[in-house]
Amino acid sequence: MPDLVDELKFRDPVRARALSEALAREVDAAGRTITLMHVCGSHEQAIARFGLRATFPRRLDIIMGPGCPVCVTDTPEVDEAVALALQGATVCTYGDMLRLPGTRRSLADAQGEGAKVEVVYGVSQAVDLARSRPGEQVVFFASGFETTAVATAAVLLSGVPENFSVLSAHKYVPAAMDLVSTLPETNVEGFIAAGHAAIITGWGIFEPFAARTRTPVVVAGFEPLDVLAAVLELVRLVRAGRPEVVNCYPRCVSREGNRPAQEKLWKVFDVVGGNWRGIAAVPRGNLELRPEWDSVNARRRFTIDTAAVGGASHNLLAEHCICGRIMSGLAKPSDCTLFGGECRPESPVGACMVSSEGSCKIWHVYGGPPDLSEVA
Amino acid sequence: MCLGVPGRILSISEDGMSAQVDFFGVRKELRLDIIDTPVQVGDYVLNHVGFAIRRIPPEEVGETLALFDQILKAAAHDDLMAEDVRGEMAAGRSSPGGEPGA
Ligand code: SF4
Repeated sequence: MPDLVDELKFRDPVRARALSEALAREVDAAGRTITLMHVCGSHEQAIARFGLRATFPRRLDIIMGPGCPVCVTDTPEVDEAVALALQGATVCTYGDMLRLPGTRRSLADAQGEGAKVEVVYGVSQAVDLARSRPGEQVVFFASGFETTAVATAAVLLSGVPENFSVLSAHKYVPAAMDLVSTLPETNVEGFIAAGHAAIITGWGIFEPFAARTRTPVVVAGFEPLDVLAAVLELVRLVRAGRPEVVNCYPRCVSREGNRPAQEKLWKVFDVVGGNWRGIAAVPRGNLELRPEWDSVNARRRFTIDTAAVGGASHNLLAEHCICGRIMSGLAKPSDCTLFGGECRPESPVGACMVSSEGSCKIWHVYGGPPDLSEVA
Repeated sequence: MCLGVPGRILSISEDGMSAQVDFFGVRKELRLDIIDTPVQVGDYVLNHVGFAIRRIPPEEVGETLALFDQILKAAAHDDLMAEDVRGEMAAGRSSPGGEPGA
């Protein structure tokens, strides 16, 4: 029976020390710098919160890839939500999305101008809100990777009131890894895949990727031991030249994943290409409602006047924000001239400073570069 | 958005669509339409944006810990071999008449 004690076992300091010592030996034996990438904001949070980066060997570089769905939500997508709010709809969204900069306004700015914008904890809450306000059009501005998209799908499948619709900014995880592996400058030798997405899709989904790119992948959980064990395993795979997928999160992830949830997901969503903020056009990067769901798709139900909220973009953002390079693993938040100065969580310039899963925000919250090897 | 904390089911609604779940003292209502295995009171589940997405089978908690130990053991084993090899090389170099790399 798992209980609090079992939970704490995943933070067991003795095992943690043994794992970091083994990791240090492993990297040392490699005799060179090994660069790994994780593609999940929750991993960056775990690494920062538990101070893991300070325990990593100097010659181990773990960078955060495009693993924050809010951060890669593109400006025109925000503009659509802002335009809908200014056109009179009630826009509900996750708290992370509120300050995400659009071309000229965020949803928080629109709210300041009197538009109805509500922060919800989950999509069910947005549906409840629509039920309680039958006279209003309630639009759920949906963000998140497939694990979150499943929740949106489940809600639509169980029936929603007539005045409820969805503006999807959902993103698809495998696309993020494909994208990074094709960047010419990248030197990522192994990927740490997000445990949560894999709970739904199963770890088998990474096998074609590992085989095609000849890059090993480990699936990891979010407790300190989960992360350490996964990193150690990944370094060993890299050293051994074995492009395999290893599941280091067996208590939650199976090979085939949650099939009923996958069925729900694909009944409602389709994978389409789209722009990811600051990065590139990503083939198969976005999840959009299938044509059968046009009646609840805000993009089909309303004429969205984005021209009214568009125009020339914010200068600082266009000129200085290097979120795209950071998410591609080519730069660190501290490389940005605005980091901690003009760009702060209270007044974010770029998307990576907005979300609690954005690398700039995480580095800022946990005290600048949380990497002692940087200052050493 | 991705919370890794497991919660314990306190009660399940009559229609079986939702559950009251305790997250170390914080009580939340979770929907049960995504989870792929039947759950009962006392089970541990993972929460994602108000949905239970996975029941954590107790035996798999042990399995994960065993996996960590196995990874550790394998790493230690590799390293011991490396130590041996290094030791031999050092011995080879220092032994009288020994040729480095011979
Ligand atoms: S510090 Fe701000 S402006 Fe700089 S890269 Fe990060 S989010 Fe963009």
